[in-house]
Amino acid sequence: MKKVLLSGNEAIARGTYEAGALVACAYPGTPSTEILENITQYKEIDASWAPNEKVALEVGIGACFGGARALVTMKHVGVNVAADPLFTLAYTGVRGGLVLVTADDPELHSSQNEQDNRNFAKFAKVPMLEPADSQEALEYTKLAFEISEKFDTPVMLRSTTRISHSKSAVVLGKRPSEIPQPKLERNPAKLVMLPGNARKRHLIVEQRTLDLEEWGCSQPFNTIEKGDGKIGVITSGVSYQYVKETLPDADVLKLGMVYPLPKQLIRDFAAKYDTLYVIEELDPFIEEQVRAMGIEVIGKDKLSICGELTPGRIKFQLFGEEAPAEDTSEELPPRPPNMCPGCPHRGVFYELKKAKAFVTGDIGCYTLGFMPPLSAMDTCICMGASVGMATGMTKVLSEEEQRKVVAVIGDSTFLHTGVNGLMDMVYNKSKATLIILDNRITAMTGRQENPTSGYQLNEMEAPRVDMEQLCRAVGVKHVTILDPYDLEMTGKVIRAEMARPEVSVIITTKPCMLVPRDNQNPRPPLFVDHDKCTGCRACLQIGCPAITFDVENKKAIVDKIICTGCKVCQQTCGFDAFQECGE
Amino acid sequence: MSDVKNILLAGVGGQGILLASEVLSEVVLMAGLDVKKNEIHGMSQRGGSVVSHVRYGKKVFSSIIPEGDVDILFSFELLEACRYLPLMRKNGRVIANNWQISPPSVARGVQAYPEKLPEKICEMYPESLIVDGLELALAAGNPKTVNTVLLGALSNKLEFKKEMWLEALEKMIPARLLDVNLNAFESGCQVC
Ligand SMILES: Cc1ncc(C[n+]2csc(CCOP(=O)(O)OP(=O)(O)O)c2C)c(N)n1
Ligand code: SF4
Ligand code: SF4
Repeated sequence: MKKVLLSGNEAIARGTYEAGALVACAYPGTPSTEILENITQYKEIDASWAPNEKVALEVGIGACFGGARALVTMKHVGVNVAADPLFTLAYTGVRGGLVLVTADDPELHSSQNEQDNRNFAKFAKVPMLEPADSQEALEYTKLAFEISEKFDTPVMLRSTTRISHSKSAVVLGKRPSEIPQPKLERNPAKLVMLPGNARKRHLIVEQRTLDLEEWGCSQPFNTIEKGDGKIGVITSGVSYQYVKETLPDADVLKLGMVYPLPKQLIRDFAAKYDTLYVIEELDPFIEEQVRAMGIEVIGKDKLSICGELTPGRIKFQLFGEEAPAEDTSEELPPRPPNMCPGCPHRGVFYELKKAKAFVTGDIGCYTLGFMPPLSAMDTCICMGASVGMATGMTKVLSEEEQRKVVAVIGDSTFLHTGVNGLMDMVYNKSKATLIILDNRITAMTGRQENPTSGYQLNEMEAPRVDMEQLCRAVGVKHVTILDPYDLEMTGKVIRAEMARPEVSVIITTKPCMLVPRDNQNPRPPLFVDHDKCTGCRACLQIGCPAITFDVENKKAIVDKIICTGCKVCQQTCGFDAFQECGE
Repeated sequence: MSDVKNILLAGVGGQGILLASEVLSEVVLMAGLDVKKNEIHGMSQRGGSVVSHVRYGKKVFSSIIPEGDVDILFSFELLEACRYLPLMRKNGRVIANNWQISPPSVARGVQAYPEKLPEKICEMYPESLIVDGLELALAAGNPKTVNTVLLGALSNKLEFKKEMWLEALEKMIPARLLDVNLNAFESGCQVC
């Protein structure tokens, strides 16, 4: 049979297609984003970006109540946002199958925390599958849809960065040739969660979990792999691979379903060993439940709860075998990510720093404004938080300090959960200033369309949210549209709005440099006239990757291959040394 | 002892590391072996460090190369090669592009780029190969084919037939860029 290499995310997309799903909806977030991007190749599936994860899940629920199979994907913290519908969907159950993918990020490769979303399955009382490679990612996705319909429940599929972004060989299957047309069907006792109905549904939910637990004991996805019989290991997901790597002779109980646990299977397995390990990444999720069954195990007493597992870390943490790590010594200069050359966000942070603003920040490319030399972000919690936090701060500070507080947020993040904060700002008469960096795209996660882009996931044209009108509609009286490449004007506007004892919003309107359709007219790059450059280093304060300082000759140099000609550097130079390259 | 071979690709965002690891994995798959490939992108897209692990053999479990088991460190930039040297096997081999990209602290003149890296690498791992990637790419006709030149150099040290590499390149590279990439690959193959 022909095998193809697929990432975990590509495999989940394929599994969704083979499961006959009709709808897929998501809000982007690393490491989940490529699932929806890949689904666009399957024209039979209606795939779309929602403005946030809660809406994405609600769209999925609607499709599922209409009778179709629906996939909803998000990163781990996205489930926090979608938790409200999720917890009650657990009560209603489904009509068509509904699968919610949570892509967790142990080690925080690209996240603000490393929460373990297996806890959500237990908390929301929904089953959760956890694949260990791409083939399983495909198969478990299909299986998740089947379980969803068989047990009348949403099903969570948990991936992690190392599953989502690893490629391994996969054998493909087929999509069912006929998928019945979904039809309306009323069922208020099941679908209207008023207390009277919900109380009855709760009983069903508890019984469902017991049924799943028993059923899971005899299913092939919870399997025992025989080794030499000396030690037993319970594991799941990517940890399984590291167990096979480091303990090739162990007997392994590999759990494909991590909630609910197949308790009888675990009891029977555990009874055979004097030494039983639970090897899992992040929280002692399996371990605590196994211990609660009265079974002694070795687990998080040795393995760290923080960070991801690797073969070396398992050897070191469990057996004290020294494992080398990458060189992080100080002589090796680090290479953190940076805003692109010509990024429209750069000038805003340069001016915020000069204005000595206290910046309540948010999440996006602009979070890189935290990095030196810009160093102009003072808080970052979660998407949308910048706005509410600015309001909260101004409640407690002196008149003078209140003026320093500026919230900074991107377009996608503003529409995700920032706009509610702005309503509060106006309604409760905060004096803070809000800057919306509208680059018309969700850039941080790899440039996904959003309601400000004018395009949908499939690059089909779409209406564009008018940010200015939106702000005015919620009651903001002072809205300024700003070209962030004009440093003088940017500084002036920022200072004026900071001083204003009322809510004000500044909207920058220049597009992300990496979106070709928004950058049709390239500008000539600049060069540094070395007769004029005095080596003062003022231009280095904007942190553009196209500028390096030649320490020997004490001159700045522009890399003209990557310079976009945005001219921000030019405006920081007191000696007119930055010039346009001619033809 | 497992028969699994471990190649760690390293470099800077935008250097074409992910395409290179894709081509390599495709070759391995064609050869009928099990392969796993793993990479960290996300924040690294904006000029940060990028690494990709490729492992192959009869059966591969972990997609992360066990620390200390790297057989070949295949780096597109010298400083990035250095970062991962401690993960190498004792008798491993480095194949590195003779190229420096200043990280932000060096660009701003607050930190120095480490000196004599090629010498250091070759001293620690005598089997290593330092490739003048850009020079060869320019000679092949396009400075953007450095990653293909480097793949050529890598292919010399691996057990897979040249036809398979060519087939993989044909599959993964857009038609209009294929010829110049095949040239680049060939010039990489000449490096030894
Ligand atoms: C709840 C949640 N969902 C998704 C993400 C992933 N994420 C981080 S930033 C971001 C969007 C950034 O877009 P925008 O605000 O437009 O700023 P830009 O990157 O374009 O500058 C997303 C989706 C997250 N951190 N939290
Ligand atoms: S991707 Fe776009 S928004 Fe992000 S740093 Fe680059 S130019 Fe700026
Ligand atoms: S014009 Fe200046 S700031 Fe803009 S990209 Fe070029 S070097 Fe960087």
